[in-house]
Amino acid sequence: MKKIRLATIWLDGCSGCHMSILDMDAKLIEIAQFVDVVYSPYVDTKEFPKDVDLTIIEGALSTDHDLEMIRKIRANSKYIIGLGDCAITGNISAMKNLFGSEAVLERSYGELSDINTSGGYPCKIVPKLLDKVLPLHEVIKVDYFLPGCPTPSEAIYEMLKALIEGREIDMSAYTRFGK
Amino acid sequence: MIREKVRVKSFKINGIDVTGASNQTILEVAQDNNIEIPTLCYLKGLSCVGSCRMCIVEIKGSNQLIPACTAKIKEGMEVTTDSPRIKTNREMILSMLFSERTHTCSVCVSNGNCELQNKAHELHLDHIQVPYHNARFEIDASHKNFVNDPNRCILCTRCIRVCDEIEGAHALDIMDRGIDTRIIHDMDEPWAQSLSCTSCGKCVYVCPTGALYEKDISDEEADKKRSIIMELLERKAQQ
Repeated sequence: MKKIRLATIWLDGCSGCHMSILDMDAKLIEIAQFVDVVYSPYVDTKEFPKDVDLTIIEGALSTDHDLEMIRKIRANSKYIIGLGDCAITGNISAMKNLFGSEAVLERSYGELSDINTSGGYPCKIVPKLLDKVLPLHEVIKVDYFLPGCPTPSEAIYEMLKALIEGREIDMSAYTRFGK
Repeated sequence: MIREKVRVKSFKINGIDVTGASNQTILEVAQDNNIEIPTLCYLKGLSCVGSCRMCIVEIKGSNQLIPACTAKIKEGMEVTTDSPRIKTNREMILSMLFSERTHTCSVCVSNGNCELQNKAHELHLDHIQVPYHNARFEIDASHKNFVNDPNRCILCTRCIRVCDEIEGAHALDIMDRGIDTRIIHDMDEPWAQSLSCTSCGKCVYVCPTGALYEKDISDEEADKKRSIIMELLERKAQQ
């Protein structure tokens, strides 16, 4: 049987959902029989590959680079799972929306900084912050939603297993917002 | 006092023949017959305002969706409590409730104990269908025991109703309109300076979300206080 080409990416989140994937422990071995991890923080691939079957996305969209990545991912992936509350609702990543990116930069690099004498923000090499942090589905089509903070590993396992076996699954039995 | 004579009315809910008293609502008769209709602003023992629109139902012959908690029953009416159209509308209503304020479940005091969160789970809403509004409201933490965080408020007005109808103080009310609407104390005084608030905490324990909460309290104590207030409401409903 041809293996599923699986990618995972960590955008604006805390990596807790990626920890949750690892939390599957022994079940990872079971999943590994069916998937090839072609791009992920777990592997050392620099470029997002073509013809990916399934991409799991953790985190919200916060920068111009996130937008560029997400569009490339959508173009190169057959299916996309939004993993965790940040990807689905913006969650903690989006809490700064109530103040705006400018206010957050000012607070971090101005008010609270001891050594930043110029008072400027980092603007070279690092990506530019968007005005508002966005959940994935406000920019691209998301095929499956797996809420949770972090999404319980059992929910990730059950979803992956259902997708591998090609059956429908109701995720509300395994996870919810904030779980 | 002249009271309207209560009569028995027969009608159908989901094709099932039911009867109720003419002063009852569709929701009450449905509940008496174990027919489930999702609710959010409704609380047994308080008046019904139909503010959340979660309990919308279809009535044959009308193309509008009607909130079951405020609609009185009529002889021969045919009510449907679940259909693809109702489901789509409930999902959109719930999405709008989520998008209007900032409900960050993971950092909320009511995470795991929130009726809004539970409703999303119950209706299988796994993402919000409209863009987030991202409006910021000032938190009122002036009171020694309680906090009012309008960022988590769904404007169900349970707090206003319980304060008025059970405590009899009417310390709370609504200010402004539409998306700017807020729950206020007295004439928009800080909670600590409210002269009419008796600090009974009923508003806090009927709040379906984490908009009103008590400071420094264990889950056990909170559960006990909530059960006392729910008991009071039960008794009021039986009167």
